[in-house]
Amino acid sequence: MIETVFLMIFSFGALIGAVAMFFLRHPMRVALALIGTMLSLAAIYAELGLHVIAVFQVLIYVGAVMVFMIYAIMLLDVRDRSFTERFSSLLVAGLAGLLLLLGVLVDGLLRAEPIAAAPVTEDVFRIGAFAIVFMDEFWVYFALAAVLLLVAEIAASAVIDVRRRGADAAASGKERGRG
Amino acid sequence: MDNAHLLLAVSGTLFTLGLVGVIVRRNLLVMLMFLELMLNGVLLSLAVFTQLLGVEAGAVLMLLVFTVAAAEIAIAVPILLLLVRAGHTLDPGAYGGLKG
Repeated sequence: MIETVFLMIFSFGALIGAVAMFFLRHPMRVALALIGTMLSLAAIYAELGLHVIAVFQVLIYVGAVMVFMIYAIMLLDVRDRSFTERFSSLLVAGLAGLLLLLGVLVDGLLRAEPIAAAPVTEDVFRIGAFAIVFMDEFWVYFALAAVLLLVAEIAASAVIDVRRRGADAAASGKERGRG
Repeated sequence: MDNAHLLLAVSGTLFTLGLVGVIVRRNLLVMLMFLELMLNGVLLSLAVFTQLLGVEAGAVLMLLVFTVAAAEIAIAVPILLLLVRAGHTLDPGAYGGLKG
């Protein structure tokens, strides 16, 4: 019973954050609302017994992804038109799509039958048991994920290098113009 | 409605809100955040089924999706900053000239 109450509270928190993202104008506030949604989802994962996932939700999403986004927001010009005007010309079509998708969702829930859960061993998702299984059976995927992160890092460095070269070319062009 | 249905409803709603946010918002960075919201909605449904079926593979898949999301942001944000440097705006309408 208490579990259901907590799930409802955190679900409500996640939805409030997602709805707030629509109506907040400044990207920094949108990012904070998204962080609230992510923290509520982490609490839901913990309530479901997925402690490893809850920890990684906070560490990776809130601690890495969103901090990176906040740094990016701090680099941008707040006088940009996209900061002052919230919605594009597709607002009406988007809201119609929202109502349609929510209608399909409600219809599916009304017709849904109870889901039979499989019997779960108590310690499957505890950090120690999960770590042993992870490094025993799934280490190849772990290595592949590490390679993917390395490739992403190299790609990001390449993009930054393009920016630097563009800036250098512009600076030398200005100097030539003065000469 | 049991807990699984409640969470699946939340998951579907988060995905829907994210999708509509990508369509209606005007700022590229905010659109990227709505993409993350969609991904979080999908991950919630994956978590629900992982817990229902009691398989570790679902949790491992979630961990790998976290990694992919981090890699995606690591590439997307520098590209956005590059776009802003070239076009001086985050309005996607200003980049209509890009033809792929």
